[in-house]
Amino acid sequence: MRYLPLTPDDRTEMLAAIGAKSIDDLFVDVPQSARLDGPVDLPRVAGELEVERALSAMAGKNATAGTTPFFCGAGAYKHHVPATVDHVIQRSEFLTSYTPYQPEIAQGTLQYLYEFQTQVANLTGMPVANASLYDGSTAMAEGVLMATRVTRRNKAVISGGVHPHYVQATETVVHAVGVETQVLPAAVDAEADVIAQIGADTACVVVQTPNVFGTATDVTKIAEAAHAAGALLIVVVTEAVSMGLLKSPGEMGADIVAAEGQSIGNALNFGGPYVGLFATREKLIRQMPGRLCGETVDAEGERGFVLTLSTREQHIRRDKATSNICTNSGLCTLAFTIHMSLLGETGLRNLALLNHEKAVATRDALAAIPGVEVLTPRFFNEFAVKLPKPAAEVVERLAEHRILAGVPYSRLAPDAGMDDLLLVAATETTLDADIKILAGALAKVLAA
Amino acid sequence: MSTMNTVGRPTTPNAGSEKPATLTGGRGLLQNEALIFEGDGWGKTGVDLPKPKTDGADLGDLVRKDPIGLPGLSEPEAMRHYVRLSQKNHAIDLAIYPLGSCTMKHNPRLNEKMARLPGFSDIHPLQPQSTVQGALELMDTLSHWLTTLTGMPAVALSPKAGAHGELCGLMAIRAAHEASGQHEKRRKVLVPTSAHGTNPATAAFVGYSVVEVAQTDDGRVDVADLASKLGDDVAAIMVTNPNTCGLFERDILEISRLTHEAGAYFYCDGANFNAIVGRVRPGDLGVDAMHINLHKTFSTPHGGGGPGAGPVVLSEALAPFAPAPWVVNDGDGFKLLERAEEDAAQAFGRLCAFQGQMGMYVRALSYMMSHGSDGLRQVAEDAVLNANYIKARLSDLMSAAFPNGPCMHEALFDDEWLKGTDITTLDFAKAMIDEGFHPMTMYFPLVVHGAMLIEPTETESKAELDRFIEAMRALAGAAKAGDVDRFKGAPFHAPLRRLDETRAARSPVLRWTAPQGSNQAA
Repeated sequence: MRYLPLTPDDRTEMLAAIGAKSIDDLFVDVPQSARLDGPVDLPRVAGELEVERALSAMAGKNATAGTTPFFCGAGAYKHHVPATVDHVIQRSEFLTSYTPYQPEIAQGTLQYLYEFQTQVANLTGMPVANASLYDGSTAMAEGVLMATRVTRRNKAVISGGVHPHYVQATETVVHAVGVETQVLPAAVDAEADVIAQIGADTACVVVQTPNVFGTATDVTKIAEAAHAAGALLIVVVTEAVSMGLLKSPGEMGADIVAAEGQSIGNALNFGGPYVGLFATREKLIRQMPGRLCGETVDAEGERGFVLTLSTREQHIRRDKATSNICTNSGLCTLAFTIHMSLLGETGLRNLALLNHEKAVATRDALAAIPGVEVLTPRFFNEFAVKLPKPAAEVVERLAEHRILAGVPYSRLAPDAGMDDLLLVAATETTLDADIKILAGALAKVLAA
Repeated sequence: MSTMNTVGRPTTPNAGSEKPATLTGGRGLLQNEALIFEGDGWGKTGVDLPKPKTDGADLGDLVRKDPIGLPGLSEPEAMRHYVRLSQKNHAIDLAIYPLGSCTMKHNPRLNEKMARLPGFSDIHPLQPQSTVQGALELMDTLSHWLTTLTGMPAVALSPKAGAHGELCGLMAIRAAHEASGQHEKRRKVLVPTSAHGTNPATAAFVGYSVVEVAQTDDGRVDVADLASKLGDDVAAIMVTNPNTCGLFERDILEISRLTHEAGAYFYCDGANFNAIVGRVRPGDLGVDAMHINLHKTFSTPHGGGGPGAGPVVLSEALAPFAPAPWVVNDGDGFKLLERAEEDAAQAFGRLCAFQGQMGMYVRALSYMMSHGSDGLRQVAEDAVLNANYIKARLSDLMSAAFPNGPCMHEALFDDEWLKGTDITTLDFAKAMIDEGFHPMTMYFPLVVHGAMLIEPTETESKAELDRFIEAMRALAGAAKAGDVDRFKGAPFHAPLRRLDETRAARSPVLRWTAPQGSNQAA
């Protein structure tokens, strides 16, 4: 038990200092009938080598993105992360520190959170951002709840282009407090359909751009329509790199941006941990959920940073708090902010252009295959194709050849009647050779 | 008069002389570190990427025209910036982090190494399930460990933090009441006054009204008060056990019996599971739902605030309502059921886009396997032993809030012993910083005046505990001797002096903006 420093002698000495005869004396408050006599039925202590072998065996059974032609997206993206990022986030002082409740000895964490908030605000084109939420989908749910608090209205109109899992995660939470949702039917390129649904009871309109089918949309007109009706516009972004090239949500009139930050600095991780980006307008900050870092001064007038506006939070307001959240994605924000600092504006724009370039090349290669129809009109790094066969079957067949061809839309929304639709994403990590392999294999599978 | 160390040198180098201010604001090796926005990084980049062949012209009007406002750092500049920042942080790898109810324990690097195996870190949440059988096996194995350790039949892995787990548990409870047609009348959740703020916040978040339950003089749930408030309008009770006063709820069996008799469910906040793991199974206490903060009990690193993971174990009664997705093994390999309709139509929905915090699952399982069932039992014993040792060795100088009987994983003191000194809990905490220690949790739980909550955890050695105890005793002695200046102005030796939190809240500045007249971006 290499992680436990007490020796048997230590334990004896300490029990004596306490005045207890045995360790059982310290568990005296536990009812007799609920005490376990000995260890539960699980394997006993294992050495480092043993654990490493067992877990490596499980890891070895998975096909990894870095070793296969890989085109999966739909809310999680394979990007290259500079070595510096992982090195820095593993530094003890970042990795093993806690929430910065004592700001005098947590300025490292607090300063990077402040830098992160500024980066996210600038990237999203919004005045302020928080220090992150769990992920993009929970950020969207928090956004809808926040909009109902701000407008004192009760209904969210959600575009059919929003990621179905984001919609489900949001509905699960907001329905519990009686917020109604109206979700429009899925359509590759129909963000503007939401305008007709806006009414006097609409708290917010939720659109995603680029949407789950990859379609990039200028949502300025939707923002105008929402504002004219006294509703807020929530813009969801699942691919943060897209904001390096496309018009920002803020520029298009968003009131709240709920985005997934995984693409910058964070690995795929089979779905988590990720990092929810959340930004809004200045006058709404007291309604914002999550943790916030703010600037202040110390007793000698030196600039410093602290967690702030805690009067919104659960530990003070308890059942009146803006949310029950009591954490953020600290280490993932650090990864995000380091990667973003390395990229800078020039690097981010180049990265975004490379993503677009690879996706266009992939689109061109797939469009040339008989029976394949590209549906997405304007896209960043992901697009939808219609196949002459069920997409899930095609993906399985290609997986047998170790090609991860994309995400069948039916995996996200089995009842949408879009079984022939495949979502294909490319990034800077996509090789020309990968595109060739995918196109060749797809042509074969479709011809068979 | 300065103190001498064992070789006769003064322990403070500038003892006897005024400290001159430095010319640059640096302190020793500690450099002042500007914000990345205040440097010359505009237009700079620290990554080498191929030159794109496109300028995005095909996207027309959708392309961003104005500058974003993101400075760049070369790789050496980035290394220095973040390493310098790191030097201004306390961390568990530097010294004891005695934050009660936050459970900061050693973070083994083996866990990090395992989580970074490409087979776990470089797989996509939506790739074909046939290509991620090992990942699903890991989730299944983790589930087995969690259900066995808690004596509960089912687990929902996907909640992304402890508070998210509370949400999951309460939504399962709500779904169960909806299924039995009782939801309309059961609109209350009972929460003891000593609960974490997340408990009432979560209950309210799920649409319940929160009713507080009183606490007895010995720091436990007042069973008589609970019984008087239980009725057919109560959906659930939420009890933390061991509780936030560091005490085991002695009447827990009675509490669960009364709760079930009233037709309500028993939600247990499992934040302090590390105190009983391997010695008590919550299932045997009648718990219906309990979240487990993987970072607390199973050592996933806290990283300055997260990410966390909050799997929820569920009783038979609540299991059918667990959110999607979940893993099954149908003999033909592992399968991830992603929609409620596929298996149990009663699932209350979905909590997040994918399957939760895989990276944290790997770390937690690595920790569990390293200890094994015998080691995990030892974890609880050592955590409890360490806390009681601290309590025993400080109780003569400081006032333990509940002096009678043992505590569990944390020792709770109040500020009674500081009466008449003009020193507050906050002052005392800041002086601890000067002595090289992270302060304990202050002012929580709310039920104790000026609370000081100390949790050592099982990964502290006796030598480190003794060092901590000696420092606390020295400080307590100084406080009682009237050495007020040592406390009022503290910390004197941290990277910054006491920070003005009121000012930060009154006029919030949440981001950097370019100084007026500068031509820097944004």
